[in-house]
Amino acid sequence: MSNNTMSASLKRYSVWVLAALVLLVLPLIFSSGASLTTMCLAGIMIIFALSYNMLLGQTGMLSFGHAVYYGLAAFVTAHTMNWLAKNGIPIPLPLVPIAGGIAGLFFGVVFGSVSTKRGGTAFAMISLGLAELVYSSSLILRSFFGGEEGISTDRTKLLRVFGYNFGPQLQVYYLIAAWTLLCVILMYALTRTPFGRMCNAVRENPERVEFVGYNPQFVRFIAFSLAGLFAGVAGSLAAINIELAQASFVGAAQSGAVLLAAYIGGVAFFVGPILGAILVTLLSIKLSDFSEIWLLYFGILFITIILFAPYGLSGLLMMHAQFWRGPMGARISRLLRLAGAYVIAAIPAIIMVAGAVLLIEMIHHVSQKTAEGPMMHFLRRPYLTINTASALPWIGALVALFAGFFAFRFTWQTVASAWHRALADMQRSGS
Amino acid sequence: MNSAVELKSLEKRFGKTEIIRGVSLDVKSGERHAVIGPNGAGKSTLFNLISGRFLPTSGAIHLHGEDITGMRPFEINRRGLSRSFQVTNIFPRLSVWENIRCAVLWSKGHKYSFWRNIDKLEDVRARTQEILEQINMANRADIPAGVLSYAEQRALEIGITIAGGADIILLDEPTAGMSRSETEHAVALIRKVSEGRTLIIIEHDMGVVFDLADRISVLVYGQIIATDEPAKIKSNQKVQEAYLGAAGHD
Repeated sequence: MSNNTMSASLKRYSVWVLAALVLLVLPLIFSSGASLTTMCLAGIMIIFALSYNMLLGQTGMLSFGHAVYYGLAAFVTAHTMNWLAKNGIPIPLPLVPIAGGIAGLFFGVVFGSVSTKRGGTAFAMISLGLAELVYSSSLILRSFFGGEEGISTDRTKLLRVFGYNFGPQLQVYYLIAAWTLLCVILMYALTRTPFGRMCNAVRENPERVEFVGYNPQFVRFIAFSLAGLFAGVAGSLAAINIELAQASFVGAAQSGAVLLAAYIGGVAFFVGPILGAILVTLLSIKLSDFSEIWLLYFGILFITIILFAPYGLSGLLMMHAQFWRGPMGARISRLLRLAGAYVIAAIPAIIMVAGAVLLIEMIHHVSQKTAEGPMMHFLRRPYLTINTASALPWIGALVALFAGFFAFRFTWQTVASAWHRALADMQRSGS
Repeated sequence: MNSAVELKSLEKRFGKTEIIRGVSLDVKSGERHAVIGPNGAGKSTLFNLISGRFLPTSGAIHLHGEDITGMRPFEINRRGLSRSFQVTNIFPRLSVWENIRCAVLWSKGHKYSFWRNIDKLEDVRARTQEILEQINMANRADIPAGVLSYAEQRALEIGITIAGGADIILLDEPTAGMSRSETEHAVALIRKVSEGRTLIIIEHDMGVVFDLADRISVLVYGQIIATDEPAKIKSNQKVQEAYLGAAGHD
């Protein structure tokens, strides 16, 4: 028994040790400035999305205004940093996110005391109203929000620790990575407490919770306040990262981004929002390299996931994890056969998507870029110059779209039958 | 004997419709008390009033002598009254184990604790296991409650109700929709878990009622027309006219 629990806890901690090692060596592998920036943004988004999932996935609260706590904490952070630097107060930069966390907690308590009285649709509407309220006041209260320019700050002006001034992005990366790991561990631990389990119970059936001695409003209130705390840490790191807090931090787009990240990753599993945050950060940086209208593709991806994979990326992973049982050879051959089917279905899918993207880009070019003439750099690549005045690319795009679509529907049957065979295989070896 | 639940001229109106029309009832500590009556008599409404789900229009409810009128359900639950529901009311996507554990937590004093690992709370684990064994579902612990069979869900419903160790238990038609053998099972379970506690039960199955109850109250059209021991209820003229004599009830 004690041996069992020891190996179990060893297994549990080994995940975090592994995560710490990965975070440690990542900048050695991806050392370019652009990758560092991406990883910093991803770390911040991971904290933010997980804090959002404390509401949506764990407690069943759909918030449209989670950026309020992120953004307000970013402003408090910027002011705190300026104040620390101005008065020469010996508090180093790595401790500043604590101020952001306290700010997030404070605003979570204040706004939560109003909005968590009700669950469901009423809560969602109140969150939207509060977000609008804060965003519009950000344009009015200039001394706190700094108007159009926002509040800028200089992270190198704070007390140095061991000679590090956090000027270089690499040093900021390690600061963000450490806080990300800490917050992820804390938020994971929270799900395994009496409070965390009652959050799940409130999500499932708030009425029944009242008849087992708990006040669901109070459960929601604590969840909301703690979600504010972690969103505050994320916002604080964001302000440190770009040395600026702007009105857009509390805006609807930021609230929408965190909802998308959590949902795309999948809200039913703890790792979901982590995957979603990474993907959304990567896409929002990389897609703009290929297209001006990348937000449109982003929206299409979101709709596709809602329609075809409602449990998100983590849901898809878990669907495959069920095949990871039994003898090692059987596991690998099961997944290999599935992978083969996926490759077969992926070819027409890629053709279909390429046709659709070409069509969308050409329509965008013809309708918005008349001044540039008919020649278009497809995916912003000069070697993919396409003449939108000629009929050929239009016909090609349409053919690719429709032929790809029908071929995909046909090859999808391969995937379906591979899936059935894998399931049957599981049942055979299971019984 | 002390009274466990005392209702004093309780009334409940929804708009102009009067559902409970002046109910006074004294349920003694430790008795098994059945509430019977035709459909629409207001039995479930009575439970909703006692458990705090609805506010009474007038009248008072006392629990062990304390006035609990107007309290929220969780406040009443913390004072030792627990109820089940006529329509199964569980946590469908949580496992059977989690369902029971949620109902155990408050009684073990863990409240909203967000600083302790739930899996290391030995008192909670032991109590959850004990309840699962009582309701014969120890081997179903890891299954999501939503995929259980109907009879299993009803048993889980009873398990959630008793898990907090309440000394007053209200069961709303616990055997409704069960087969004969499932009913026998459920009655044995109810008899076992209500040992040494106060039980108030709404039940349509007269076999169950006369088998289980120390006293029976007959609710007709929002009023109690008789409260007595089973044998006397059977021979009561008013009850026979209003209820037992009526055809179509089993």
